[in-house]
Amino acid sequence: MTFSPQLEAKFAKLLGSYPPGRQRSAMIPMLMFAQDEIGQVTQELVEEVASRIGCTPLQVEEVLTYYSMLHKKPLGKYHVQICTNISCMLTGGTELWEHACGKLHIGHREVAPDGLFSLEEVECIGACSWAPAVQVNYDFHHQVTPEKLDQLLAGLRSANAV
Amino acid sequence: MLYNEPSPHEVKILTRRFGLPDSASIKTYLKTDGYVAFEKALKMKPEEIIAEVKVSNLRGRGGAGFPTGMKWSFVPRTSPKPKYIVVNADESEPGTCKDRVLIENDPHQLIEGMLIAALAVDAHAGYIYIRGEYRYLIDIMDKAIAEAYEHGYLGRNLLGSNFHFDAFTHTGAGAYECGEESALLESLEGKRGVPRIRPPFPAVVGAFQSPTILNNVETFCAAPAILRDGGAAFAALGIPKAGGTKMTCLSGHVNKPGVYELPLGFPVKTMIEEVGGGIRNGRKLKAFVPGGSSCPVLTAAECEGLTMDYDAMARVKSMLGSGGVVVMDEDTCIVKVALRVMRFYAHESCGWCIPCREGTTWLRKLLQRFHDGHGQRSDIVLIGDLAKNMLGRTFCPLGDAAAMPTISFVEKFREEFEAHLDGRPCPFEHAEQLVMQ
Amino acid sequence: MPDPVKLTIDGKAVEAAPGTLVIEAAKCVGINIPSFCYYEGLSLQAACRMCLVEVEKAPKLMAACTLPVAEGMVVRTETPVVAEARKYTLEFLLTNHPLDCPVCDKGGECELQDMVFRYGAGESRFVENKIHVEEKQWSPVVFYDGPRCILCFRCVRICNEGMGVGALGIVNRGAVSEIAPNHGDHLECDECGMCIDICPVGALTSGTYRYKTRPWEMEHVGAICTHCSNGCKTTLGVRNGKIIRGNNHDRSGINGEFLCIKGRYGFDFTSHPERLQSPQMRVNGKLEPVSWSIALAAVAKKFGAALASDGRIGVIGSTHTSNEENHYLQKFARGVLRTNNIDHHRSGDVVTLLDALSGTTGSLASTADLYESKAVLVAGADLSSEQPFLAFQIRGNYRHHQAHVYVVTENEVREDGIAAESVRIARGGELEGIRSLAERLKTESELAIVFGDSVKGEAVRDLVAFGSSLGIPVKYVALVDYSNSRGALDMGLVPELLPGYQPSNRPGMTIGEMLDSDSLDVLWVVGANPLKASALRAADAFVVVQEMFLTETAQRADVVLPAASAYEKTGTVTNVCGEVQRLSAGPSTMGAKPDLEIIGLIAREMGQAAAAGPWAPDKVFAEIRATVKGYDVPMPVISAGGAAHTTPVNGRIPVESRPDLIHSSRDTLFTSGTLGRYSRMLGSVMEGRRR
Ligand SMILES: Cc1cc2nc3c(=O)[nH]c(=O)nc-3n(C[C@H](O)[C@H](O)[C@H](O)COP(=O)(O)O)c2cc1C
Ligand code: SF4
Ligand code: SF4
Ligand code: SF4
Ligand code: FES
Ligand code: FES
Repeated sequence: MTFSPQLEAKFAKLLGSYPPGRQRSAMIPMLMFAQDEIGQVTQELVEEVASRIGCTPLQVEEVLTYYSMLHKKPLGKYHVQICTNISCMLTGGTELWEHACGKLHIGHREVAPDGLFSLEEVECIGACSWAPAVQVNYDFHHQVTPEKLDQLLAGLRSANAV
Repeated sequence: MLYNEPSPHEVKILTRRFGLPDSASIKTYLKTDGYVAFEKALKMKPEEIIAEVKVSNLRGRGGAGFPTGMKWSFVPRTSPKPKYIVVNADESEPGTCKDRVLIENDPHQLIEGMLIAALAVDAHAGYIYIRGEYRYLIDIMDKAIAEAYEHGYLGRNLLGSNFHFDAFTHTGAGAYECGEESALLESLEGKRGVPRIRPPFPAVVGAFQSPTILNNVETFCAAPAILRDGGAAFAALGIPKAGGTKMTCLSGHVNKPGVYELPLGFPVKTMIEEVGGGIRNGRKLKAFVPGGSSCPVLTAAECEGLTMDYDAMARVKSMLGSGGVVVMDEDTCIVKVALRVMRFYAHESCGWCIPCREGTTWLRKLLQRFHDGHGQRSDIVLIGDLAKNMLGRTFCPLGDAAAMPTISFVEKFREEFEAHLDGRPCPFEHAEQLVMQ
Repeated sequence: MPDPVKLTIDGKAVEAAPGTLVIEAAKCVGINIPSFCYYEGLSLQAACRMCLVEVEKAPKLMAACTLPVAEGMVVRTETPVVAEARKYTLEFLLTNHPLDCPVCDKGGECELQDMVFRYGAGESRFVENKIHVEEKQWSPVVFYDGPRCILCFRCVRICNEGMGVGALGIVNRGAVSEIAPNHGDHLECDECGMCIDICPVGALTSGTYRYKTRPWEMEHVGAICTHCSNGCKTTLGVRNGKIIRGNNHDRSGINGEFLCIKGRYGFDFTSHPERLQSPQMRVNGKLEPVSWSIALAAVAKKFGAALASDGRIGVIGSTHTSNEENHYLQKFARGVLRTNNIDHHRSGDVVTLLDALSGTTGSLASTADLYESKAVLVAGADLSSEQPFLAFQIRGNYRHHQAHVYVVTENEVREDGIAAESVRIARGGELEGIRSLAERLKTESELAIVFGDSVKGEAVRDLVAFGSSLGIPVKYVALVDYSNSRGALDMGLVPELLPGYQPSNRPGMTIGEMLDSDSLDVLWVVGANPLKASALRAADAFVVVQEMFLTETAQRADVVLPAASAYEKTGTVTNVCGEVQRLSAGPSTMGAKPDLEIIGLIAREMGQAAAAGPWAPDKVFAEIRATVKGYDVPMPVISAGGAAHTTPVNGRIPVESRPDLIHSSRDTLFTSGTLGRYSRMLGSVMEGRRR
């Protein structure tokens, strides 16, 4: 498998970050960074990572299915993650989630037909004091109201159109 | 970046650089006493460093509150194995968002804290395990690490000594359980986030089968201040047996939610009413969770005279936890809160042990049915029973973390559960909608 | 030995070595602490929480499976609090269990059923929906029913740790965690079925046994696997004269719970439709079924005529028949048929090894030695594929005793994964490879050397000389192929050697010579298939074959006599390490007879019964014990189903060793000579691999 030079450089750095013989440590970071580049964790990626760190594809599979941020299916270009955990729930997170589902006509871990957006109801993302919180890919959005969410989605949609 | 206004009640030790221009840069850091504590520590003997930390009465800020100096002293310094420093930046306890701002605004403080710990136990490498969602913090941290290498605070022969130290960031990938120290170490080694059998504890057998100091971000961030100004000064900020300040994350129904650095022993009422600006929309306080969703809930009545510290919280059978204070007003449906909390634990249970794996899932289904109006009177007893059957019997504390708040919800708010019986709709649903508008 | 730790369990005083786990210490005083995830010999999990016990001064219940004993510790294993914890853990466990016991294969021998019976709640308070997942077939052998799985991870560990395969893993997390195979939707593994056997519930089931019967409807017979030379005990479940399953769940025998696919599933050749059930005789050039009396009469007549005319008779014996049969066969051949033309297919140079070791004692390794020796060297064999149980022993030794393992082979082998050092060297060059390890080997305190058929003749002598030069105790195993390859040698199925490696003063023809002779009058083949690879030169030779199937050799026969398999008769066999174990008769195949009986009947028909002697297995074994050197083994051990280590000779064996005759057929995990060809289970696995 070929990756961008930047990702290859990241991999090289990662593989040098752990004590000798402990290259398996790089598994999760490698999967995460590679997923960012190719959009999902494919079987090919699983095998590639396994061979680079010296373990079996099954061992990678065991790990990747454990972590909720690693996805075997592709996500939307903008993965909209809405927290409904306690602090967010108390401040309108649940309603925000329902609003987003209605707006995008998709549900939990679903991708819109045009592939632009996907939705996920997530657990606490560490923005409780500025709840309700939303993460689009890795970007945080604080104190989000349904109106603000609409603007955000519209902004992303038009940014994508140009 | 600051996401909320500071409060005049704050005692700014760990957050002293917050708000300074370019606060995350090494330039700002060096201008404001940065790495002074490390220089001082370089000249100290390891046991002197540990003694200073013991004097400070610093207790772990990750949730369990274990005395940090004592933890460091457990590391067999003379073991031929390499030793490691591991920073727990997995911050996933619902209600908690303090480590994030500590790293975002002052990453060098964390590096310096790691260096001090490394000197105390003769470690030469450290890993910062950052939860996957905090990707931007990895960039901030990596930049700070690069700066530190450039300025000779990381790498070989630091400040002309023969001390070496390398620091690395490591990303998680979405798993609350990886905040538990031994599961974190498994994850760091490229495995499923399943806890290890303990003992041995990480201090003896930790990362890569070697002795390891594993602390929370905030704990490490306190070390520079302790070494710089002395353990006694740090201790004096707090109360006896619990020194210093605590990063407190106020969330929920307060007017001024935010992360505030408050001295240990801070009165709860002042915290909610003044720091937090009181309950929003002029409502009354119903309950609050003092330290993240794992802590038993406390009622408004229990706030009277209560202070934010380890022992005071233990006396009311709750915990200071991670400092995630979730405030709930009178219109909050406790059944809904209980359900949401259990959904979280069922989602995050690693699945290793039977009571937690099956107990959380059962309770989640039961509470869902209950909140939907299909509950039976016997279910109320069953909820408490099931939680008690998990308590103390699971492999790691996540099971307890799910059980404890649940038990407190049914015990303290039984009437709210009863109000959901007989097919009645959630009595708070309407009130909540009002708040939303 | 460090001082033992003293503690109290349920009021009983217990002494245990430091580090002993409470669950094991309790066993010593007859207290059985319940457990699902704990399994002796596998890594610790502390996952199921069934073993929670009360420990004085501990703030909460402690898991006995991970708690080491401590001085003065006071443990209570059956208090009301403990019983309650177990009851509720079971209640949790059953929330997602389908409770389809009536149709579950494990019904009757399910650990979950037993546990619920012992501690369980009368009724469940669980009224929510269960998660349903369809059952999956992962291989011809392995089926997985997720909802029944209690996630004890025994299967994952036995596959990883015990087998060194790592074909099973844990995927997903929380309540939807499940076991997964290594290739997405299917398994590629040893197909040993260890995971199925070790599964405490009916989550893993086997393709052969599924839905065939209930455990209590079977008779359980302790047999010895009739495939490779390792001699594993396999408990056959027999119903209506048919073998339904094989396992060694009771961990009896030398192999503990171990069985490879052949021992566990490869019994199905016994009921193959082509199994011979009637004697056959060549009539007008075609083999036709005849009665036993006609067939025996024909054989006796031909044998008698050959004897009378001083004709040349050749006898080829088997590597699967019992010691009794082999002994009786050679005695009959040498005594009655007056021929030394007797041989079998030789697969390892045991003769040279024994000769080279003459004068030493304790130099032959037992299977237990491979598990205990501080260091083990494997030369010229892909052990995990060809000698599965020996490989299992070595892996166990590495895991439990941190044994140093050395490997000298041509290709990569599984043992490399645990090796302190591996040397790659072409076949035949093993000795050179071994010598290159001399410095490291000298630092060991003891060594067991296991070598394949490429180390033979002079190389074996050199190996023994090298071993002695190390200055440490060294034990050896000369690998051989089949379940009684070793016994065939010990019993003198060789032209130049009598039983017990006594030289014959008038050596006869070898297999090759017999087949190549143009003047052979009679060829008698007992349980072998020499004509698969070679032709019989003597076109007029009268060929008698005792066989289970119409093999290439049987097809050439003039008389074919249907033989019983090793699972259908009594007697003893000797494994690769020289351990003698007893066979017991499980099922029976109509029409077939044990070879011993067939030979006896031929003798009687010839009027030579007296000369041949009695053909009851016990009587023959008594004679073996009395006359064959090294076989004077303790009877109680044998009768009780144990294994007795033989020490064949101790003096020189003054015959020319014949390395040229030694060839291993290198059967893999999924082949087993003729037997393998008639096992549908092995066939379907091989088929699956080819695809
Ligand atoms: C389920 C669970 C989740 C935890 N999550 C975190 C976490 O996100 N961050 C953290 O610092 N500690 C967390 N902890 C506590 C750690 O196990 C550990 O006690 C702590 O990191 C030690 O550091 P300290 O002594 O500085 O608090 C968690 C514990 C449990 C049982
Ligand atoms: S309590 Fe058990 S299942 Fe739950 S997270 Fe801990 S080990 Fe995993
Ligand atoms: S399949 Fe059987 S052995 Fe494997 S984890 Fe499930 S219950 Fe245990
Ligand atoms: S290792 Fe050999 S003896 Fe043991 S079960 Fe397998 S084939 Fe049979
Ligand atoms: S609860 Fe939503 S970010 Fe913490
Ligand atoms: S046997 Fe101890 S936890 Fe499973």
